[in-house]
Amino acid sequence: MSTAAAAPVKTMPEHHYLNATYGIRSWLLTVDHKRIALLYLASVTFFFFIGGFFAMMIRLHLLTPSGYLLSADTYNRMFTMHGVAMIFFFLIPSIPAVLGNFLIPLMIGAKDLAFPKINLLSWYVYVVGGAFTLYSMVSGGLDTGWTFYTPLSTVYSNSAVAPAVVGIFITGFSSILTGLNFLVTIHTMRAPGMTWFRLPMFVWAHYATSIVMILGTPVIAITLALAGMERLFGLGFFNPAMGGDPILFQHLFWFYSHPAVYIMILPAMGVISELIPTFARKQLFGYHFVAAASLAIAVIGFLVWTHHMFLTGQSTYAALVFSFLTFLVAIPSAVKTFNWVATLYGGSISFDTPMLYAFGFLGLFLIGGLTGLFLGCLGTDIHIHDTYFVVAHFHYIMVGGAIMGYLGGLHFWWPKMTGRMYPEWLARISALILFVGFNLTFFPQFLLGYLGMPRRYHVYPPEFQVYNVMSTAGASILAIGYLLPMIYLTWAAFCGKVAGDNPWPATGLEWKTQSPPLTENFEVTPVVTWEPYDFHNRPDLGLDAVAANGVVPAHGDD
Amino acid sequence: MSEQEHSEHIVPPATYLAIILTLLFLTGTTIWAAFVNLGRFNIVVALAIATLKATLVVLFFMHAKYSPKRTKLIILAGIFWLALLLGMTLSDYITRVDYRGVRFPISQVSQQLPAQRG
Repeated sequence: MSTAAAAPVKTMPEHHYLNATYGIRSWLLTVDHKRIALLYLASVTFFFFIGGFFAMMIRLHLLTPSGYLLSADTYNRMFTMHGVAMIFFFLIPSIPAVLGNFLIPLMIGAKDLAFPKINLLSWYVYVVGGAFTLYSMVSGGLDTGWTFYTPLSTVYSNSAVAPAVVGIFITGFSSILTGLNFLVTIHTMRAPGMTWFRLPMFVWAHYATSIVMILGTPVIAITLALAGMERLFGLGFFNPAMGGDPILFQHLFWFYSHPAVYIMILPAMGVISELIPTFARKQLFGYHFVAAASLAIAVIGFLVWTHHMFLTGQSTYAALVFSFLTFLVAIPSAVKTFNWVATLYGGSISFDTPMLYAFGFLGLFLIGGLTGLFLGCLGTDIHIHDTYFVVAHFHYIMVGGAIMGYLGGLHFWWPKMTGRMYPEWLARISALILFVGFNLTFFPQFLLGYLGMPRRYHVYPPEFQVYNVMSTAGASILAIGYLLPMIYLTWAAFCGKVAGDNPWPATGLEWKTQSPPLTENFEVTPVVTWEPYDFHNRPDLGLDAVAANGVVPAHGDD
Repeated sequence: MSEQEHSEHIVPPATYLAIILTLLFLTGTTIWAAFVNLGRFNIVVALAIATLKATLVVLFFMHAKYSPKRTKLIILAGIFWLALLLGMTLSDYITRVDYRGVRFPISQVSQQLPAQRG
């Protein structure tokens, strides 16, 4: 550290939420939002590695055209369980339930969420739902695809559909409770001076996400309940043989499951909106527009669902309407992207690990978003529908977008969560490994899809092998990129350098308290007198002294 | 939010009694209507009665009538979202064409497939 001589030696605070109480009961019965966030962190990481295991099985199997590893039936189960574990049990809860839970009260200057016990309940509901789904995975697995399309899921599948459906039904309530908690907290518990337009963009993003969670999740719950009743009791909702309509299932399913994509990406956008001003040391460009774009994405995201169904039997008129509405979502997404780039312009940019993830997000989200327009366009969709092009597109959004945001956020707030810094250079290298591995895995899949390789098949023509080998090689690099942060972040939580209250420095209220925070978050309720992301009128950040001495402030542990 | 908005409105038992009797009467009406053939209005009448019953439950049993405006706004938003789900799904069903490109009414959507099966 270049300014080490001048800087006082940082020590861990004597009292904080991690050492406030001890013992397993103090964790399992806690109502502290920060501890619940860590409970969620452990559980979503668990499901991430289960989903990751299935992903590795898929990629290893596809190394050769005839697929040497798995039987056709087992392959179906692998990609289904990969989707179920990753979407319902990792991506949807990841940023909201871990980072959102930890940070929203800190960011608005509150002691906790509005309903701390409901917050704990939401974790238990998640665990119970997860247990049902795990049971379905070990009792033969699931082979319907994560979309549970009828009548395959309700009539023909011989796999453990019922426990998986029950598990997802239950887990949905965890999502609803979290969303409810966030909405009430943001409305009623803001500190004095924390007006709506002084809220950090992370909070705005979670506000929009919570709306989607509350309005959308009941629909997937009732849809899966209907499918379950059709499977178990033979009621004919979706089975054409009994007068039902299978497309109705798809309408109901995607009414939630498309907005669910925005449950994954909106919080990641919130993280990026925090990272870019901090590491460009510049006010966020177009604050009001970025906030409004979050809400616009949440609302318009509800009006595009049948673009998943263009090639089913739905009417051409409906397809036209939904294709048009799909194009509309690109507008608020582009508003955000342009504003992030405009924030970078003229900024004093530093390339710390969280910022590397933010840059990764920008590029990958751009590719993911624009290829979404190819798919939303009725003509091109006929060619690339249900091919690897779709697989590549949504992985660019969900992995390239959401997971990059999640990891960037974890690195950025890890000093706040644990009080300790991660090893900066190792983290930069692993961010780079992740970026390279990701692109090597999924970019060839765009080409595969364009050339006509359908998704969800366990064999493929030999001419596609070179792209599949590239993809599998990329996946193994990607796996290292995920394992490294898991190892060094865990190490850093116990043995990392002490971080201090505000190591970056960043402008948010969460950095005004000690790291790790007290159980009550703040010793006294803070009063907010500054505008968001304003680095100029904040003498408390210590940037003036830095400017006077001409020394760049130290980041991380370098 | 003022203290007054938080205070519970006391509903006299007579109101609850009147509502439950109305609901029971409407249930009876639904059963009666099920035995009367009104043609295409069968479903309209059944849904109208069901909507009326649901409205009574929300207004009185769930205390929406006595709730602050923000709660009412949330309820209306929920209903609006349900309308989006149903309305935009109908944009598919009422504009479907069969394999010859001929439009067919929504009432035949479910009858179409078993006929083809036979």
